[in-house]
Amino acid sequence: MSVTADRQGAAASRPDGTFWNRRSMRTKRLVWVWSFLALPILFYSVIRFYPTIEAFWLSLTNWDLLKPPQFIGFANYEKLFADPQFWKVFKNTFAYLLVGTPISLLLSFVIAYHLDRVRFMHGLIRGLYFLPYLTTAAAMAWVWRWFYQPAPIGVINNALGTIGIPQQPFIRSVDQALPSIMVTAIWAGLGFQIIIFMAGLRSIPNTFYEAARIDGLGEWAILRKITLPLLKPTTVFLVVFSSIGFLRIFDQVYNMTTNDPGGPLGSTKPLVLMIYQTAFSSYAMGYAAAQTVVLFTILLCVSLLQLWILREKK
Amino acid sequence: MRKATLFAGLIAGFSTLALNAAQAVEIEYWQYVFDTRVKAMDQLIENFEKANPDITVKQTTFPYADYQTRVIAAKMGGQGPDVMQLFYGWLDKFVAGGLLQPLPTDAFPHDKIEADFFPIVSAMKRGDDYYGLPTAVRSLALFYNKKLFTEAGLDPANPPKTLDEFVAAAEKTTKRDASGNLIVAGSTLDMGGQDHQWWREVLVRQFGGEPYTDNDRKVAYNTEAGEKALKFYTDLQLEKKIGQAGFMDEGQAAFRAGMAAMTIDGTFRLGAFKSIEGFEWGVTELPANADGVRSNYASYFANGISATTSGEKLEASKKFLTYISSPEAMDVWLKTVGELPARRAAAMTDANLADPIYGPFLKGLEYARTTMFVDEAAQRQNTIDMANRILLEGQSVKDSLAQGAAAEQAIIDAAAPK
Repeated sequence: MSVTADRQGAAASRPDGTFWNRRSMRTKRLVWVWSFLALPILFYSVIRFYPTIEAFWLSLTNWDLLKPPQFIGFANYEKLFADPQFWKVFKNTFAYLLVGTPISLLLSFVIAYHLDRVRFMHGLIRGLYFLPYLTTAAAMAWVWRWFYQPAPIGVINNALGTIGIPQQPFIRSVDQALPSIMVTAIWAGLGFQIIIFMAGLRSIPNTFYEAARIDGLGEWAILRKITLPLLKPTTVFLVVFSSIGFLRIFDQVYNMTTNDPGGPLGSTKPLVLMIYQTAFSSYAMGYAAAQTVVLFTILLCVSLLQLWILREKK
Repeated sequence: MRKATLFAGLIAGFSTLALNAAQAVEIEYWQYVFDTRVKAMDQLIENFEKANPDITVKQTTFPYADYQTRVIAAKMGGQGPDVMQLFYGWLDKFVAGGLLQPLPTDAFPHDKIEADFFPIVSAMKRGDDYYGLPTAVRSLALFYNKKLFTEAGLDPANPPKTLDEFVAAAEKTTKRDASGNLIVAGSTLDMGGQDHQWWREVLVRQFGGEPYTDNDRKVAYNTEAGEKALKFYTDLQLEKKIGQAGFMDEGQAAFRAGMAAMTIDGTFRLGAFKSIEGFEWGVTELPANADGVRSNYASYFANGISATTSGEKLEASKKFLTYISSPEAMDVWLKTVGELPARRAAAMTDANLADPIYGPFLKGLEYARTTMFVDEAAQRQNTIDMANRILLEGQSVKDSLAQGAAAEQAIIDAAAPK
């Protein structure tokens, strides 16, 4: 029975023979291409675009999961911009971005640049740099959390103690907590950036370097005139990629401060953690949606700005 | 021939199964995943089904972090549990969202509830209705490390009874290395753990104040008493130097590792502490103040019936809820989970009171209070921040208290139904 049903279904779905035959080869191919492309587009519309648009609508409501959402205009945004906690979180998020991205890119470039010239145990060293990237963020954050503890158990404080430097509070301090967490985030992403930079370096033809050397250019000039300009597409990709990563930082912060998420005193709290808490501990979904829209806008602006600044000048 | 017999047997088997299925009512019970709780509930369900062959109970569990969201989402999806477990602090939200129905008074008469259960069950009452009943309750007590007490020349059979004795014992057991780093804390200081409850419901009262008024809808601790209580707490680190917030990451970790002589924690920690092998520990009531005033904080998970349950499922749910809040169930729960029976008669038995571990917790229940949180996580965070401003930023106790009180009032007001 199912066989006949299938056959009927197939017959029905096949376009009328004459109609189909009259189409040109080009049209036919286009129809095929689009019917394949439609699948991912449909998929994306359902799991990406629809929720995004829905979030915009929710941000204008007071939805708390229990009662149907009610339209309340821009009240959520007014509340958000008047909330000192939001501005603190905003500042933290940009601190992660503006300090984290340049440092991690500079570090990974320097390492990739030198690693590219190392032949001795090249694979092993590259593997070691890449390893943290493969490790679960949560596991890594917990290890670092213990590293940062006070003296009897904290490895770092123990080391500082033996060379006569006083104990540092690290994640128990309002000033040191954010940099302490940033270090782990930079370390975690380094491996990936090194690999991409190395791939970029390898793709620059050797002939350019040879020509430059024959012309008598110094290493520094080669780096400035050849390597960096030709590495630009790689750099643009990594700047955007790493900025988005830092703007969306969550795992490291949450796992290193679970007793007092984003603490102490909110000094490490990024926007994503604030959204998470608003949504899933206070169940203020509308308010959380408004924060998400703000994050979305920031991500969009930062990415566009970077693409514009780093665009190919014609 | 044999095949035919087998076949007949199968048919017969199926038909009786089908018959049973037609008669049996299946109800669904939801709680969060916690190994011993799930085991205890499995056992209770087994006992219940034996006594009520026409009812089957299906237990569904979710990770704690997802639990509330699941219950709420299931309500929106139109299919949820018939009987569900909920934290007493979620009740306002669950009632406002129409998740629960008032307990039918024919099966759960109010005078019986009020006579048999500990008074903290009143936290499940809204207006004239009760919305749930607990199987077990939890309270706080002071855990102490007998080995560290002995080493410091203290009598392990005679733990501190008052706040002064508590501070004195902590001062004696605190150890620091040559450069002044804490090696053993006299007491853990962990606002994110149970200390915020200790401060709110116990210390504030012991210094002559009251944490809240108006059914916990008005913050009332921004007074001289509140200030003294907060100063007492933060001075433990700043002046007496008997501990340090964040030492060993968490208070319970420090105690477990034998690096803190005392810690304040709840019954729910017993399971984790029972596996300690390096030292013996004891439990005693939370210290009283100089005038003998004691207080404690109790909390519980209750079981309620879903708003959408009706008909024969409602009858079955009533029977099931009656059973899981019976003395028998409480005994199973105490033995499996280690939480205290919610009925006075089941809890205050001579055997329980004489138990060196359960005894102090049970005594605490007699005078325990229950904070009616509107947003437990946010209110806890507020108390953590209040202490941190003093400990980390050097803000004055008075200013930090005033700031914290205003912030908490804002949290409570924001949650008020409009």
